[in-house]
Amino acid sequence: MRDDIILCGVGGQGTVLASKLLAAAAMERGLPVKTAETIGMAQRGGSVFSHVRLGEGSSSPLIGRGRADLIIAFEPAEAVRQLGYLREGGTVVVSEGAIVPVSATVGGPAYDLDAIMGYLRERVKNLVVVDAAAAALELGSAKCLNVVLLGAASRSGALALGEGDIEAAIRRLVPERFLELNLRALEYA
Amino acid sequence: MHKEFLMGNEAIALGALAAGVRVVAGYPGTPSTEVLETVAKNRTDDVYVEWSINEKAAMEVAAGAAYAGARTMVTCKQVGLNVASDPLMSLAYIGVKGGMVVVVADDPGPISSQTEQDTRTFAQFCKVPVFDPSGVGEAYAMVQDAFELSERLGTPVILRPTTRVDHGYEAIEVADKDAWKSVAPEGFVKDSSRWVIFPRLSVINHAKIERRNEELGSELSDSGYNRVEAEVGSAKRMGIASHGISYTYVCDNLDERDRPRLFKVGTPFPFPEQRALAFLDGLDEVLCVEELDPVIERALIQVCGKYGLSTKIRGKLTGDIAPSGENTVESVGEAIRGFLHPAQLARKNKDAEPTEESTAPQLPVRPPVLCAGCPHRASFYAVKRAMGRSKTVYCGDIGCYTLGNARPLDMVDTCLCMGAGITIAQGIYHVEPDTACFAFVGDSTFFASGITGVVNAYYNQANLTVCVLDNSTTAMTGHQPHPGTGRTMMGQVVDAVSIEAVLRAIGLKTVETVNPLDLDRAVATVQRVADEPGVKAIIFKSPCVVLARPQAKSTIDQGACIGCLRCVRELGCPAIFVRDGKAAIDANQCTGCTLCEQVCPVGAISGGERI
Repeated sequence: MRDDIILCGVGGQGTVLASKLLAAAAMERGLPVKTAETIGMAQRGGSVFSHVRLGEGSSSPLIGRGRADLIIAFEPAEAVRQLGYLREGGTVVVSEGAIVPVSATVGGPAYDLDAIMGYLRERVKNLVVVDAAAAALELGSAKCLNVVLLGAASRSGALALGEGDIEAAIRRLVPERFLELNLRALEYA
Repeated sequence: MHKEFLMGNEAIALGALAAGVRVVAGYPGTPSTEVLETVAKNRTDDVYVEWSINEKAAMEVAAGAAYAGARTMVTCKQVGLNVASDPLMSLAYIGVKGGMVVVVADDPGPISSQTEQDTRTFAQFCKVPVFDPSGVGEAYAMVQDAFELSERLGTPVILRPTTRVDHGYEAIEVADKDAWKSVAPEGFVKDSSRWVIFPRLSVINHAKIERRNEELGSELSDSGYNRVEAEVGSAKRMGIASHGISYTYVCDNLDERDRPRLFKVGTPFPFPEQRALAFLDGLDEVLCVEELDPVIERALIQVCGKYGLSTKIRGKLTGDIAPSGENTVESVGEAIRGFLHPAQLARKNKDAEPTEESTAPQLPVRPPVLCAGCPHRASFYAVKRAMGRSKTVYCGDIGCYTLGNARPLDMVDTCLCMGAGITIAQGIYHVEPDTACFAFVGDSTFFASGITGVVNAYYNQANLTVCVLDNSTTAMTGHQPHPGTGRTMMGQVVDAVSIEAVLRAIGLKTVETVNPLDLDRAVATVQRVADEPGVKAIIFKSPCVVLARPQAKSTIDQGACIGCLRCVRELGCPAIFVRDGKAAIDANQCTGCTLCEQVCPVGAISGGERI
C-alpha cells in the first residue's frame, strides 16, 4: 500500500500538525512514513506545504509533480497552486474559506474566489469541498480546521488510513484540553 | 533501540547525545536551529549547551572544550560558517583532542538564506573531512561516526545536511537513553608545542593534514556511505553519481528492474577515489546529479584525468544539471531521461502540451509578511513618518524585520549579512554626508555582530542613527534566548546584558528608548534623535507579538469609517482587509496593538489594548 499526500495552506493554519497526525496514524498501522515541511521565513503568512509519503517504495520525502494521490488544501488558492502535483484521477479535499493576503489589497494580483473554485471544480473530478466557515461556527473554533479536513479526507476513500487510525493519533498527540474538540472535528461532516 | 518519528535535525541531536557529546554551542539559523534545541530538550545533566552570541564564539567555545578532551558539537547554517571560518581554518591545523563535529546546514534554493554556498566546497578549502547525509536515518548514523573519526584523527569533522534532510521526517531506530555513551573528558593538558599556532607549527601540520586526507580518502573508499550499486537489467555502460537528498530523487526516478550503475557519495571530502575508480570501471558516460557546487563532478573529472580514463563526466559543467537552485524530483527525472533516453526526450518536448499553469486562474501572491501587531511595523512606520520627504537611507539587517522591505512600508533599502546594516550605513554616510543614514538592527543581531559596527562608526566619526528593534527574543528562527533576555539554554535566569548600557559605554551621548506602539511619542523621538550629531541610537522596545498574549482586539466602526483606507495603504497589516470599500479587521489575527487606531484620521477604530 502506498499513498502520497500533499497538505497545503497558509502559514499558521495548522498544516504541520495535520501532517504529524497523518504520520502518527500511519505508524499506528505499521506503515513506513516520510514527511517534509516548510519551516522558517515562509511561515509568516506565506504559502506552506507538507508532503506526506505513506507506505513502502519511496526514497525521497518529497513527492514529484503529477504523482500525489491526494491533496488536502486548507485554502482554495493554495489548492490551485499545488494542483500540478496531483496525479491523473487523484483526489482534492479543499476548505472553501479564502484567506486574502495583504498583497491583494495593496496592488498585487487580486483574489478571485469564484474563478479559483470554478477552476478546481472543472479540473478535479474527485473534489471534496468543505465549508470551513460552517465547521468553525458549529465546532466553536477555527483552530480545528485541520482535523475537519483529515476527517473529510479519510471518508473520501483516497486515504490509505481509516478514521480509527487518525483518532488514535489524535488521542496520542493532542493535549487533553483540546481532545474533545478535535474528536468532534474529525467526525464533522 | 526503539523507533521514533524524527526530524533530520532531531536525529542529528539524538545521534550526538548517543555518541556522548558533552558541550554543544551554536547560533540559530534556518535550517539548522532544531539541532541545538533538541539537544537542550533531551540532554543529560553532564551535557552543557549554549546559544552563543554568534557562530565564531560557538566554534571557539567548542574548540576549547575539545582541547580539554570533551566531545563537542557546533551548530549553524551555511552563512554562519562564514562567521566562524576564522577559528575553523586555524583549528583545522591545530586539531582537537575530544571529537568535534561541526553541523553546518546548507540551504539550496535558497529557501531562507542569503547565499547558495556549498559547505562541501568549504570543507575542501579548510581541509576538514565532511559527511553529507541523504536522509534522517543516515544523518543519525553519520553524526556518531563523525565523532569517532574526529577523535581518532584529532580533527574537527563537518556534517552538512541540507534543508530537505534537516526538515524531513522519518521513523528511525534510535538508541535508548541508557545506552548513550558517556565519555569522561581527560581535561586540558598543557603543551604549547601543540596548542599554540605559530608559522613553524603550521607548516608541519599542513603537511600532516595533506597526507592524512589522502590516506583518509582511501579509507573512506571502503565506507558504506560511499556506495556503488551495480546496474540492473540492460547494462548500458552508463552511471549516475549523486549525493544527499538528490540521491533520493535519483532513486525515485529510476526503474528498479532496469537502471544504470549508481554511485552515492556520502563523504565528498576527502573524496573516496578508489571507490570512484570501481564505479567508473567500464562506463562510457556518467551523469552527476548534485545540488549547489559540482563537487563530485569535478572530483570524477580529476580521477579520469589522473588515471587516464575516457569516461565522459556530465552534470552542471556540461549544462545537464542546473548550475544553481534546488533540485526537485522532476528536475532530476528530466535530467535522467535526457541522459538515458535523449531521443525520447527530444520527441516529447516537440509535442509538449500546454501546462497546467497556463490555463489556471491568477493566484494571489503570499510573500512572508510581518505578523499582525508586530512592533517592527510600528517602528518602521514611526521612522518613515518622522523623516517625511528628507533624504534618507534605511539600512536593514537579518531577522524578521528584513520583511520591512515590503510594500507599503518599503523601509529596507539594503540588507547584506548579519550586523552589516550599521557599517553599510556608515559607508554611505562617508560618500553622502547630507543623507540621514539609519541602520535597523534586531536585538539578537545587535549582540551577534552589531556592537562592532557601532564602535567602528562611533570611533570613525560617522553621523548615523542606529535603531535597535528590541523585541526581546530571536524571533525569526523560533524565539531563542540571547544575552538581552536574561535566560540561557541551560535554563538559568541570569543578569541580562543591557543594550542601552552597551551603547552608552561605547560613548554614544544620545540613546533613547521608546515603545514603538506609542506612535506620536515614537515619531517625536525619531525627529529629535535624528537631528543630533554623530552616532546616536533609538531602542524601539516592545515584545514579539507571537510571544505576548493579546489583550483586547481593535474593531472598526463601519458607520464611522470613511473608506480612506489609510490603515490599509500605510500599514500593510495582515489583519486589516477591505470589505465593500471600507476597512475591516479580522478578529482571528488582530492583536490589539492599536497602531491602526492611531493612524485612522477619523477615530473609527477602537477597542485595542496594546501590551
